[in-house]
Amino acid sequence: MNMLKLSWKYLIAKPLNTGLNILLLALGLAIITVLILIQDQFENKMAKDAEGIDLVVGAKGSPLQLILSSVYHIDFPTGNIDMEEAQSLTRNRLVKKIIPLGMGDNYQGYRIIGTNHDYLELYQAVISEGEVWKKPFEVVLGEEVARKLELKVGDNFVGSHGIGSSSHEHDEHPYLVTGILAKMNNVLDKLVLTSIESVWYSHDEGHDHDKFTADVSTTGFPPTDEDREVTSLLVQYRNPMAAVQLPRYINSRSSMQAASPSFEISRLFELLGVGVKLIQGLAYAIIFIAGLGIFIALFNSLKERKYDLAVMRTLGASSFQLFIHIVLEGIILTLLGALVGIAIGHVFLALLVAQNEQGAISGLSAAVFLQEELWIVVYAVAVGVIASLIPAYSAYRTDIAKQLTRA
Amino acid sequence: MMLEVKGIKFQYEKGRPFDIPDFQLSSGEQLLILGKSGSGKTTILNILGGLLKPLSGDVRLGDTLINQLSGAKLDKFRGKHIGIVFQKPHILSPLTVEENLSLANFFSGADGKRNQELLKELGIADKRRAKVNTLSEGEAQRVSIARALANQPDLILADEPTASLDDHNAEIVIKLLQDQAKKYNAALIIVTHDQRVKDHIVNQITIGALS
Repeated sequence: MNMLKLSWKYLIAKPLNTGLNILLLALGLAIITVLILIQDQFENKMAKDAEGIDLVVGAKGSPLQLILSSVYHIDFPTGNIDMEEAQSLTRNRLVKKIIPLGMGDNYQGYRIIGTNHDYLELYQAVISEGEVWKKPFEVVLGEEVARKLELKVGDNFVGSHGIGSSSHEHDEHPYLVTGILAKMNNVLDKLVLTSIESVWYSHDEGHDHDKFTADVSTTGFPPTDEDREVTSLLVQYRNPMAAVQLPRYINSRSSMQAASPSFEISRLFELLGVGVKLIQGLAYAIIFIAGLGIFIALFNSLKERKYDLAVMRTLGASSFQLFIHIVLEGIILTLLGALVGIAIGHVFLALLVAQNEQGAISGLSAAVFLQEELWIVVYAVAVGVIASLIPAYSAYRTDIAKQLTRA
Repeated sequence: MMLEVKGIKFQYEKGRPFDIPDFQLSSGEQLLILGKSGSGKTTILNILGGLLKPLSGDVRLGDTLINQLSGAKLDKFRGKHIGIVFQKPHILSPLTVEENLSLANFFSGADGKRNQELLKELGIADKRRAKVNTLSEGEAQRVSIARALANQPDLILADEPTASLDDHNAEIVIKLLQDQAKKYNAALIIVTHDQRVKDHIVNQITIGALS
């Protein structure tokens, strides 16, 4: 027998009460856990996906939408821009590099992005199988696309029009898989990458053999004498001055709009922050009630237990040991609550991720454990100690003789 | 080991003190303190067990003045040297019979080697994993005796140990207390108003009148 076992025995003597208290606390902590996990991974992921992209240029509309569609590939594009106007930006001395993107098609819900090899370089993508596209209609698949759709190098598929899985298929121009990327843990995993030419040609009427067999451009804009469009441009600045001048120049002097990923994302988090704060507040309220529940449970049980405590004193327990006995109950309760809560949080996130295969959440992992979760345990135990202090003091003060003669 | 009680005064309310007669008790000796309810019997026991402090006077067990100990020292001394049996068994209900004994061992730092033997001698070995609510009154009282003896005390104090028992069980409990006290050479003091106990112990003090 020891103090820990003694407290434990008293807890499991009231399984319903104990279970309820643990569950209530676990619920509050589970919410906090999920918030911490999502926030951390979301911010990490968002920062990672936007790395190296200073500015996104696209059709006028919502700047946030432009960022979400062109950097994270989750929202719809704001529209297309004229390539000639887009190309004029390359002559701007503030611009170091431009990566054009062409969108509009998908394969089974995975977006087909027309771009050039610079895009792969931007994310330092590694090809695990096959090679990059060289001709029109050759594609490189993100790791998740290949895995989920069970596509291999050499396979053909037909893209469909639209960003999500839908509508008619471009059955006359099948794509050929020439390469598969290694797992990048970023937005590339969910993309089908090809040349801008592929996107153009798949929407063209007719079949021009010469064009279809020519090599595609690997950097910059594809040379063309036709009137072509792209969806958006990822821009890298040449110097810090560009951050001040370039967006203003594009927004006022062209029919295009420029949006900064870092600015828009911090704006997004600000918007989401209200909701997060609300949920957080709710979680803290639940934890507070759980703490109160533990306090009341301990305090009530103390009334029935004064006799037991007095008997323990006659058996040689000191007042301080009785104090520890009660505090330990609070600690055991909250420690279990914290562990159960963290477990529930991870399971909940795993379910959430499993249900959103292609959504924004799908890239999150429930198998990640953060340092903050240790703080949850510390925080919970602190709640336990505080909730048990008054009952424990009352146990400490138990007057043995009075208790024993009362019967 | 000698128990020596000298000049004890106590009062619950101001102006109504009562005295406890002086007495001495050696190891293995037994004493019955008789008195009506309300005569202060339990108070004597509480003072002897260090649960209450007397106004004046000394309670000496061996070389230790119990009334001069305090705090954890007193608790530890009590756990180690004094076993108390109450009118009601007061078995800690979340624990099994066995665990009640080992808790006594834990608090006083004893090894508890005798626990199984004790339970056997008191005829409750087969109940050692039982919870208190499955025990009969007589069995429960025997458990509380076993717990009081678990640390091999020098002094056993029993407060009305037979009050809630029938004749048969009362007889058994008294016998067990006496046998165990003798076997382990402990001094035994039984405080009671139960006339059934009278014939078992020759050495008696009667208290009654408040002075």
